[in-house]
Amino acid sequence: MRYSGFRVIKEALTGHKGWTPAWRDASPQADYDYVIIGGGGHGLAAAYYLAAQFGGKRIAVLEKGWIGGGNVGRNTTIIRSNYMLDGNEPFYEFSLKLWEGLEQELNYNAMVSQRGILNLVHSDAQRDGARRRGNAMILNGSDAELLDTEGVRKLYPFLNFDNARFPIKGGLLHRRGGTVRHDAVAWGYARGADQLGVDIIQNCEVTGFRIENGKVKGVETSRGYIGAKKVASSVAGSSSRVMSLAGLRLPIESHVLQAFVSEGLKPTIPGVITFGAGHFYCSQSDKGGLVFGGDIDGYNSYAQRGNLPVVEDVVESGVALIPALGRVRLLRGWGGIMDMSMDGTPFIDRTPIDGLYFNGGWCYGGFKATPAAGWCLAHLLATDTPHETATAYRLDRFRTGHIVDEKGQGAQPNLH
Amino acid sequence: MSINRLTGGLIDHASPLQFTFDGKTFEGRKGDTLASALLANDVRLMGRSFKYHRPRGVLSAGSEEPNALVELRSGARREPNTRATTVELFDGLTADSQNRLGSLKFDALGVNDVFHRFFAAGFYYKTFMWPKAFWEKLYEPMIRHAAGLGSISLQDDPDVYDKGFLHCDLLVVGAGPAGLAAALTAGRAGARVILAEEDFLLGGRLIADTGTLTDMSGADWVGTAQAELATMDNVRIMPRTTVVGAYDHGVYGAVERISDHLAVPEDGKPRQVFWRIYSKRALVCAGAIERPIAFENNDRPGVMLAGAVRAYANRWAATPAPSVVVFTNNDDGHRTAADLVAKGVSVPTIVDTRDTAPDMQGTEVLAGAQIADTKGRLGVKSVTVKLINGQTRVIPCGAVAVSGGWNPNLGLTCHQRGRPVWSEKILSFVPGGDLPQGQSVAGAANGETSTHSALASGAQGAVDALESIGLTAQAGDLPAAEDRPVSVSPFWYVQGAKRAWVDFQNDVTVKDIKLSHQEGFRSVEHLKRYTTLGMATDQGKTANLTGLAVMAELTGKTIPETGTTIFRPPYTPVAMGALAGRSVGKAFHPTRLTPSHHWAAEQGAEFVEVGNWLRAQYFPRPGETHWRQAVDREVLATRSSVGVCDVTTLGKIDVQGADAAAFLNKIYANGFAKLAVGKVRYGLMLREDGIAYDDGTAARLAEDHFVVTTTTANAVPVYRNMEFARQCLWPDLDVQLISTTEAWAQYAVAGPNARKLLQKIVDPEFDITNDAFPFMACGEITVGGGLRARLFRISFSGELAFEIAVPTRYGDALIRRLMDEGQEFDLTPYGTEALGVMRIEKGHATGAELNGTTTALNLGMGRMVSKKKDCIGNTLSERDGLNTADALALVGLKPKGDGQIMTGSHLMAASGPVDAAHDQGYVTSAAYSPILESSIGLAFVKNGSNRLGETMRAVNPLEGGELLVELVSAHFVDPEGGRLRD
Amino acid sequence: MIINHPLLGPRDAAEFVYLGDAGLIDRPDWQADDAAQAFHDYMYLRDNPAGLHRELWFHEQGDRSWLVVTRNTVTHEITNVELARDVAIAQGRGQ
Repeated sequence: MRYSGFRVIKEALTGHKGWTPAWRDASPQADYDYVIIGGGGHGLAAAYYLAAQFGGKRIAVLEKGWIGGGNVGRNTTIIRSNYMLDGNEPFYEFSLKLWEGLEQELNYNAMVSQRGILNLVHSDAQRDGARRRGNAMILNGSDAELLDTEGVRKLYPFLNFDNARFPIKGGLLHRRGGTVRHDAVAWGYARGADQLGVDIIQNCEVTGFRIENGKVKGVETSRGYIGAKKVASSVAGSSSRVMSLAGLRLPIESHVLQAFVSEGLKPTIPGVITFGAGHFYCSQSDKGGLVFGGDIDGYNSYAQRGNLPVVEDVVESGVALIPALGRVRLLRGWGGIMDMSMDGTPFIDRTPIDGLYFNGGWCYGGFKATPAAGWCLAHLLATDTPHETATAYRLDRFRTGHIVDEKGQGAQPNLH
Repeated sequence: MSINRLTGGLIDHASPLQFTFDGKTFEGRKGDTLASALLANDVRLMGRSFKYHRPRGVLSAGSEEPNALVELRSGARREPNTRATTVELFDGLTADSQNRLGSLKFDALGVNDVFHRFFAAGFYYKTFMWPKAFWEKLYEPMIRHAAGLGSISLQDDPDVYDKGFLHCDLLVVGAGPAGLAAALTAGRAGARVILAEEDFLLGGRLIADTGTLTDMSGADWVGTAQAELATMDNVRIMPRTTVVGAYDHGVYGAVERISDHLAVPEDGKPRQVFWRIYSKRALVCAGAIERPIAFENNDRPGVMLAGAVRAYANRWAATPAPSVVVFTNNDDGHRTAADLVAKGVSVPTIVDTRDTAPDMQGTEVLAGAQIADTKGRLGVKSVTVKLINGQTRVIPCGAVAVSGGWNPNLGLTCHQRGRPVWSEKILSFVPGGDLPQGQSVAGAANGETSTHSALASGAQGAVDALESIGLTAQAGDLPAAEDRPVSVSPFWYVQGAKRAWVDFQNDVTVKDIKLSHQEGFRSVEHLKRYTTLGMATDQGKTANLTGLAVMAELTGKTIPETGTTIFRPPYTPVAMGALAGRSVGKAFHPTRLTPSHHWAAEQGAEFVEVGNWLRAQYFPRPGETHWRQAVDREVLATRSSVGVCDVTTLGKIDVQGADAAAFLNKIYANGFAKLAVGKVRYGLMLREDGIAYDDGTAARLAEDHFVVTTTTANAVPVYRNMEFARQCLWPDLDVQLISTTEAWAQYAVAGPNARKLLQKIVDPEFDITNDAFPFMACGEITVGGGLRARLFRISFSGELAFEIAVPTRYGDALIRRLMDEGQEFDLTPYGTEALGVMRIEKGHATGAELNGTTTALNLGMGRMVSKKKDCIGNTLSERDGLNTADALALVGLKPKGDGQIMTGSHLMAASGPVDAAHDQGYVTSAAYSPILESSIGLAFVKNGSNRLGETMRAVNPLEGGELLVELVSAHFVDPEGGRLRD
Repeated sequence: MIINHPLLGPRDAAEFVYLGDAGLIDRPDWQADDAAQAFHDYMYLRDNPAGLHRELWFHEQGDRSWLVVTRNTVTHEITNVELARDVAIAQGRGQ
């Protein structure tokens, strides 16, 4: 079924009787060419692109619970391509370009809104860093503008300019960055993949891999054995758990990242802003809630919830930056489990087991990467070669020393 | 006063309070909430719904309120989305309705309701895609302006907030019958008890209902209980305090509203306090929340929860209308009818869905009947009842009291993602087994619905909780109270309704849930996200279970099979000001001042934030109109005579013990085992992954005593990592560490006259001539006649230089003494800018170069990394990827001709494309060198050390610049280092 | 969270700084034949269990002890706290 304004009107006038399920609730077949573990944004996107771009057939996505229930439904909805390093920026720019055409391609309104992202700077050193980053972005075909204090004031007059502990000295503005309605991404890809024949199998937990002579043959699941020529794991947050079923140890720790939303407000914050002197970033959803977050709690966790010190730290930063937030109420917080990799950079790679592929380690940057991660994983599955924008995302890079460390924090995941 | 004001209740009829709503003045009573005062004034219309902008009145009498949201107060104190049900009335209160275009009665956005059928659940995912550009330019702005709820002032919040910490044996959440019984039981046993109640009065349902406890009214019993608790030093009673979150290990967050019942906070008082409560045990006695029944037009102002109508009548002496129809599926609805009648409110009919509804003396009961519709645009005027025989009857009324049963208030019990379990007895979820550590539940929150069972379970809950931490308590005698069994039949919504609301605020109807099911969004998570059920400011407290029940019916499963809903913290929305406390404005982070700060401020220095430190950036003099003039002068004066700079912020770590040298030999990449006593050595630390980490010096003051310096930024982490190495990696070494960053004030004295100046203050028995105290010497000395000090002959500026340290409390005296003694040399204080210029001129790396991605090789210090010893980082530094032939190398840059090198520029070949594929490096640091009278820079360039002399382009497309530069040695000034050794 | 410091008693976790898996105590021998591989595994690979996890915390706002905390990463329950130096010595470090 094709969605359109006309269709909405027609259905409205006829009692909405014609709407059909957005995707089939498929049951598992005995075997597939491709099995993708994880019905999140990345897994669903990979299935979609595998079918749509690479001619893949007989594809299944296995989801332990309900699709879109992991990090694609538990994030702060930001998209951007404002990375600095060679290994990253081309990939995220590829992703941003895919976002820009996504809704028309999927025939699903994911509310891609390029409202602009402003990274504030509070010192000369930060401005120097912003210049290096902004130049890298432009050299990679993305967009960036360096604002001075007055330029920031024009966009966000209500920030704390006059009584700030760390004065605002400018900002790096990335106009093509913005926000997306996160759940719609999962549903849009699911619907698109389903229409191309992909089986989306919910409530199907992978409990083991069948591996013979170093080659994967299929997966054991809570709904029985499913054979597969190629299997990809795309289960951010649970990567270590799933890959350990195949005997693999990963350069990943799982950490909880909290995010928050305020009560709904009339339009207040036009774009996305990030504080450079504390842990706080914020945007406003179309529904009116201020969506904000900060740093991870900082300890290994699979609990999908966090603790007060980080809540307070984030809110302190928020009110320090925007004093008017004092009277805004925090409505709800939630926690997502992040694959924190050892250099803050993800993996899209083959594994030492033939036919087993891995997509993970996205830290808290996985949402914005969804289209490109899906595409690049599909590319890898279909061709056995990495996509040109994802060549740095190798699992063996710590062995070889080809590290991609945007923050320069080294092998300590909770600092990335 | 209006006809809706009754007699009695817990309001003070003798204390009138004036307030305004939407500009109109009303009178209320002390003890009123804004909601009760409005109802008493015959105001039922209080707000508009989120999506359809439907007229709405108050639904509840508590914090679960979805409808009656107002903008409270005005100006910078305006608070949007404030629930009128929780606002304690004060004289002069102002409130305005919100989320409307035009007046509340004639909201132009009410047009949304006319076209409601086009705005079914999820409609926006299916349209607004063409033309593409219109989403951001037209559709989305329209949606955003129609959405949202209230608006904020965007002015700085004038109030202050505090944070506090409390400890207790037992935290009792909620002061209804269960909570009071628990607090009395635990308090009498001597336990440290905190009793937190979100309301401004204790009592919960005891002050909203009419039952008796033995021979007392509920309110009177609450009064005696409160009086007894108040005599106990071990009990802290906290009204106006909402426990909002259950965190790990018995930690709870709570907001105490100190001043929200006042027009403005009293002098010096915060508006609210956010408490972190450390409890050994917690007993949740949070009561239950009534659920509505969904029926056609069940959202009109005047349609309310029955228990709320009862509470307004009993406690607040207010009724929404003189005539109230009751609609119920359980016996509790009849109780509301009885209480209303007793208060003189007309109850024409009880509509009971049960065929076996009990009779009620003097009031008509329509058994097996349902409300099929309501009429009244801005408030209920009548209900249409479908009788058991299928006929319909219209009954005029001003309000409908609806009871669909009571749901335990689960909030805190599932904040750690524990799942509640289904109770067939009360047709609701009750707390499950996986409660947060140390938490238990009593009273209605645990499905104990009668007053007696609430009292008993509260008392027993306290006994059990205390027993688990080794304290003994007795449940004691409980007052006699009603102990009616629950009688409720499953009835969630009236079939056949065109629009029956489940989630009032977000306008989710039964049909939306059906559509969600039809389109495959059937799991609870999909249902919530697709329809926005339960995502409003009330978190679906009155909606979630009904939504689940509708979905269960559609899928043919039971409710528990269909799913559970859990709640996330906070229990009710929390003002961000309270969570931020005092850590805002200038106090956001602590400010660290250097020992010379006050002196520098007297000199008119400009200061700059360096981490939490404030450092003098430069010292402008009269007549200097640009910062560069001051900086150039400071550099030139230092290089030509002598300058002084406060370098206290550098980290200092005292390392002592027999194995101190062996320890440092492992910490630093270069060798330290053989450093002579009285000598300083530059040291480079690597991370274990082989990346350059920090640099500084280590001075050997004695065989078993070193002083390590770190960069300002890494003072804390370097110390932490050294402790890790000491305790975890080499626990056998005899070495002790302590950070002495704050203990010593340290100044760099640099320039050709540095020694002459210092000789004036160093006590004469210490010889600091070049022979006795050469470059890289160090020693413990005295200055100014016996003050102990440390002297290091090290140089960051490249000049003949010393760093002199005295105990911090003498830092101010030392800078003043130096300035006095230095007059003859025109001693010039310099700040961080001049420091930066001189280090760039000298090619010294700082954080800009040691940026966490560069190696010793990149920095030109590859040979310093010893291969002959075990030290942190040397093994992994040997990986191929860190040692490629074209690895980045640190070089100097000079412009070809005029021009300013910009830090952050990227380096490209002199000709050819400018893009990422041709990127050869980047500029890390740049400055104007007054010595060279030119802009200079430092950069990492691929294979740079073999490309000196090459011309490249420093491109800065971000700001539109491109500059031809020459790659040169990074040592611009005195490359041989002769000056250091003078 | 609250960490029951073996010397100081219960302390809020906010006083501590987290490092990660207690395996970081087991720093390999730099002269071993497989040192490059061993250091890679030591530095980068993690079990990352969903369940009991032995991990390093530093009491930065306190006595500057490194602790080995045994904590469940699913429930956050802490079942054991030891001085890391004792653990290191018991594991034979510095022999």
